[in-house]
Amino acid sequence: MTELLIKNGFVFDPINGINGEKMDIAVKNGKIVKSVNERKAKVIDATGLTVMPGGVDIHTHIAGAEVNTGRLMRPEDHVKDVVRKTALTRSGVGYSVPSTFVTGYRYSKMGYTMIMNPSMPPLEAKHTHEELNDTPMLDKATYPLLGDWWFVLEYLRKGDLTECARYVAWMIATTKGYAIKIVNPGGLESWGFGRNVRTIDDQVPYFGITPRDIMCGLAKVNKMLNLPHTIHVHTNNLGLPGNYLTTLDTMRALESVATGDKPVAHITHLQFSSFAGNDWGTMRSGAEEITKYINAHNHLTFDMGQVIFTDTTTMTADGPFEFTLYELSGHKWVNSDVETETSGGIIPFHYKRNNAVNATQWSIALELALLVKDPWKMFLTTDHPNGGPFFAYPKIIAWLISKRARMATLKKCHKKAQKLSLLPSIKREFTLYDIAIVTRAGQAKALGLKDKGHLGVGADADIAIYDINPEKIDIAKKYKAVRRAFGSAAYTIKDGEIVVKDGEIVKHVDGRTIWLDVKTAEQVKVDEEMKRRFKEYWTVEYDNYPVFDHYVKVSCPLTIKADV
Amino acid sequence: MVVVKSVTCPICGSLCDDIELTIENNEVVKVKNGCALCESKFLGYKGEHRIKTPLIRKDGKLMPVSLDEAIHKAAEILANANYPILYGWSSTSCEAQRIGVELAEEIGGVIDNTAVVCHGPSILSVQEVGIPTCTLGQIRHRADLIIYWGCDPWSAHPRHLERYTAFTEGRFEKSDWKGYIQKVKAAAGKKKIESAVRRGVVKRPKAQPMLQHELVNAPPPTLMKEGRKLIVVDARKSMTAEMADYFIQVEPNKDYEVMQAIRALIRDQELDVDKVGGVPVEYLEEVADAMVNCNFGVIFFGMGLTQTAGKFRNIEVAISLIRDLNKRTKFVIMPMRGHFNVTGANVVFTWQSGYPYGVDFSLGYPRYNPGETTCMDILLRGESDATLVIAADPGATFPRRAVEHMAKTPLIVIDPHMNATAMLGDVVIPSAFVGIESEGTAYRMDHVPLPLKKVVDPPKGLLSDEEILRRILEEVRAIKAKKMREAEAA
Ligand code: SF4
Ligand SMILES: [Zn+2]
Repeated sequence: MTELLIKNGFVFDPINGINGEKMDIAVKNGKIVKSVNERKAKVIDATGLTVMPGGVDIHTHIAGAEVNTGRLMRPEDHVKDVVRKTALTRSGVGYSVPSTFVTGYRYSKMGYTMIMNPSMPPLEAKHTHEELNDTPMLDKATYPLLGDWWFVLEYLRKGDLTECARYVAWMIATTKGYAIKIVNPGGLESWGFGRNVRTIDDQVPYFGITPRDIMCGLAKVNKMLNLPHTIHVHTNNLGLPGNYLTTLDTMRALESVATGDKPVAHITHLQFSSFAGNDWGTMRSGAEEITKYINAHNHLTFDMGQVIFTDTTTMTADGPFEFTLYELSGHKWVNSDVETETSGGIIPFHYKRNNAVNATQWSIALELALLVKDPWKMFLTTDHPNGGPFFAYPKIIAWLISKRARMATLKKCHKKAQKLSLLPSIKREFTLYDIAIVTRAGQAKALGLKDKGHLGVGADADIAIYDINPEKIDIAKKYKAVRRAFGSAAYTIKDGEIVVKDGEIVKHVDGRTIWLDVKTAEQVKVDEEMKRRFKEYWTVEYDNYPVFDHYVKVSCPLTIKADV
Repeated sequence: MVVVKSVTCPICGSLCDDIELTIENNEVVKVKNGCALCESKFLGYKGEHRIKTPLIRKDGKLMPVSLDEAIHKAAEILANANYPILYGWSSTSCEAQRIGVELAEEIGGVIDNTAVVCHGPSILSVQEVGIPTCTLGQIRHRADLIIYWGCDPWSAHPRHLERYTAFTEGRFEKSDWKGYIQKVKAAAGKKKIESAVRRGVVKRPKAQPMLQHELVNAPPPTLMKEGRKLIVVDARKSMTAEMADYFIQVEPNKDYEVMQAIRALIRDQELDVDKVGGVPVEYLEEVADAMVNCNFGVIFFGMGLTQTAGKFRNIEVAISLIRDLNKRTKFVIMPMRGHFNVTGANVVFTWQSGYPYGVDFSLGYPRYNPGETTCMDILLRGESDATLVIAADPGATFPRRAVEHMAKTPLIVIDPHMNATAMLGDVVIPSAFVGIESEGTAYRMDHVPLPLKKVVDPPKGLLSDEEILRRILEEVRAIKAKKMREAEAA
């Protein structure tokens, strides 16, 4: 296998405490090693360049039934961004819902090497995996939607955590998933009959359980199973004015599950859950209250869900939320409920600077990021493509590292949003070290991916090199150059091979699918009774439900030993 | 003798996956749980029309050749074509479809599937207004109002009613039918079930099927009965209509007007006519009431809506009706996809190229513009210079002018059967039956992916669609590489 030596770059490796030191990184057999034979190894001269671990994205909708319906319904989105076939790469379309190949290429060009697909309906898991197989250049994993699954609701209602944990373990392994995803807990089941829940203590119709029970129950289950990530939560009332109170309730509820300083939940795309105000007219930021809480507690991580001013496609398992968007906008609207498990919806959406609500959303995400003191609690996302397409990440980096950059954008925003924004009062500017945390190290840590997000010996040799010389430029001033550099990596190295050079794909690799094989002491009994129950709950046979091994092109199971 | 359980039936978009097959000496000898279509396919697929060996047209006649020769010839045709069409795909696996898209891209051709002649208008409508829908189990568990519009599941998707809709039992919707049907089924064959169901319908309280002539004279029956209601709207009285609680016979090609009328009624507007599309307004009021008052309603629609006057407009108004209804109650809509994996073809094309059918790679990137880039448009304009047809029979279903152009240019056919298209072919490559002799994946009409099983070995020497395509693609690449080398040398 290839040996590689990356010489003399400015290395940012927060997990190992390395902050811009000039050093060499050696690679052998796809892993970071102590040293290589300099004469035999291929040498990359990284003098004057920034070296980081490959980017990790904790939450991006890139594959599966919902994403694909998004693609189907948006031909007008595709025509403005077409991608030609080359000798090395497949053709496709881009913009807000890119085809699978283009998704892989574009992430790789930005120096990303691992993404998490956050929203997989278990019944349609094969679809998700088939698309992930066709998403090259990246390692990937996917979260099954479990918060409104009838089995979970029933066992939690009975108070039978152990049995619930066994079934969750079974489901994660069966769908080749990675974490417990919870979306608008209780709301999705209610949406089956066109209803919703409004507080974390509302009853889910017919199930005698509340969102609080679901979240706390699954957080406990998560612990019992020793899963590497926490529960991954999209809160109730997402996207509605005043919802920051629900979010605070949610965070407080989860406090009861926490022990020590270990996070027990990840609140995803927090921006969408941090609205204050009573209605759209009075909507304003709740970031101050939310971050005050997060700064005072250690049981949570979150990602931004940054809004980008552009035309995009919103898609979420939160069917009732998408219905609200439909009622507000009258746009084309897809709803897709999945029996026994979850729901979903899609709506195209254009975020506009001169819209007070949109501009406030833009501001909220940055306020959250900047007001939370510990960068290890906070990760950079757009909830692609909900807040905007992932290829806008370099813009967000610019806003984080440069007050000048964000003020330049804020100046162009709706007057009311400008007046309400907390950004003028925030001085903080991220360093490259902070950026390395919020775009890779922190995400890998929160995900429990031991071999990702750092450049220590033994780590996967997933590396990004950017044309940024921190000794020569003041990044806050030259934010445009930094933005360009993060949009087009000088090198991306995947498993020890150079796959991107000067922002172009130079080698096609498939990437792996990482999933959890969760072993419980006693497993779910697959007997006639289970099969009968299965038949009652779903319209497919038990035997045809699992994601069989051949549905995963490059399979990378992690064996997890549960406490139950 | 072995019994294989949980087999997925590779025939219609219902994609029933509970079929039990008894296999003896590499043959299916018994089919359990399947409908009549399913049985006849599994027991009869070997029939006389099976192509036994690859064929190439020589001096006007199809002559047996080796597989290598046929594959090479096919690759040569495709590699040399300027604007080839790859058509069909609806009765094969997603795995084969994936390679199909790659092949289309490699040769700068057009890939298209049978949606162009069935649910293309539905897809265009989704692109225009979206679609509120769900998986079939949602309907089984929750729907208390089931409407079939312009389709006849009893004939075309025989187990649809029994597995997913009117005659099923769900968590929130009980049915006295399920047990009844199962009992009858255990005891007797298909004919008996049919008549029993019909007898049952007659026995159901307040569930009289209304015939058109009765409709005119009788007062509107109340649809406010307990439990699930089944309404059928169609231009003719189909088998499904006979079982319905309520049948609305619409004059042919008047669906659009009827749908608009219901939309108006739902918005509480008065109609100042007595009849719309031949249906008395009181009956439409009844239907509108049932829609607004249900807890969970669904409209399934078929070719009676997509391929009659109005086409795309019909579906758009149907979806708009559902959009309106969702402001009052829960309502969904779903196309009754015919071929077992036409949904998969749309799904696979979309994730690889962004577009569901009629994808044109001639400029090096995917383009989609129905009316210009579908195979029908291109054939009718006479622009293509080669065609590959797989898992479909356009020779029997396309307009004459399109078929003529297809026959005039080199034609490659991959199919298990000697169908009308294959008879016109220049290269004919027989394939294994997917879902019987080879495995793969298919998507149900509601986008639920299901595995297709290989239950018997294919006849000796026959490959799966997937494998045939893979070999053609490799050969195309080899031919192109050789050409490139020659060009460089010269
Ligand atoms: S209804 Fe369709 S899928 Fe089901 S058994 Fe009959 S033909 Fe096969
Ligand atoms: Zn999301």
